Amino acid sequence: MIPTTYYLALSAILFSIGVIGVLVRRNAIVIFMSIELMLNSANLAFVAFAREFGTLDGQLMVFFVMTVAAAEVAVGLALIVAIFRSKASIDVDAVNLLKG
Amino acid sequence: MTAELIIFVLLAVIAVAAALGMLLSSNAIYSALFLVVNFGVVATFYLLLGAPFIAMVQVTVYAGAIMVLFLFVIMLLGAERLRHPNQVLSWQQPLAVVLVMALLGFAGYVVSMQGLASPPVDVANTVSYGSPAAIGELLFREYLFPFEATSLLLLSAMVGVVVLTAVDARRGVSRGVSRDRRS
Repeated sequence: MIPTTYYLALSAILFSIGVIGVLVRRNAIVIFMSIELMLNSANLAFVAFAREFGTLDGQLMVFFVMTVAAAEVAVGLALIVAIFRSKASIDVDAVNLLKG
Repeated sequence: MTAELIIFVLLAVIAVAAALGMLLSSNAIYSALFLVVNFGVVATFYLLLGAPFIAMVQVTVYAGAIMVLFLFVIMLLGAERLRHPNQVLSWQQPLAVVLVMALLGFAGYVVSMQGLASPPVDVANTVSYGSPAAIGELLFREYLFPFEATSLLLLSAMVGVVVLTAVDARRGVSRGVSRDRRS
């Protein structure tokens, strides 16, 4: 049996890589993929805790997180397509019309 | 070192390497494929944790549907890499890495303080734990209202996507974001 701590540590590492991706990358699609990575690491922590306490509620939470992630990806990619139509670029630095 | 621990360490190395590959590759297609690898490894972790149903949903929904959507949009836009990679905030990158290292340090401290280092009760090997039948019973008994709310969420997301990407036939412009070629 692998202790739950190991899974939580792996989850924290994957989450941190996702945060770095959101903060450092300028490609909007890669930023979205980093957000998916963060959601996924949270799911891993949920399932690890579900096993720790011997209940299934954590796995149900993962189920709901997945549906929210699917909806978020659909809307986000539609936004990216709409931005690409008007800007001809998906560089997040190009979306700066609100800059003072 | 037991065989299970060796498998865990190998899979963890693959997962972190795939995540780093997604972070560092300049081509968005490679990033997406690295992320598929990462999702597959995480699905294997779910199997190790006694969650076979969640593992299969992970493979079909995440590694299948969502990543195909990503690859489709990347190829549709032809946006594998940025044309003019300008750096507006050049000081942001090192600061981001330092702050995330601090976050990781705090998270590691909190995790190590939880007293979860001993292996938990071995529920993962009981037959019914994590099976589709058990998941479905819990989902439709105790989580029925969130389940129905999810359908509303998916419907609104679908309507939102159609509105955002619909092209106005008379003017030929996208209604979601007004056309702006000045900048």
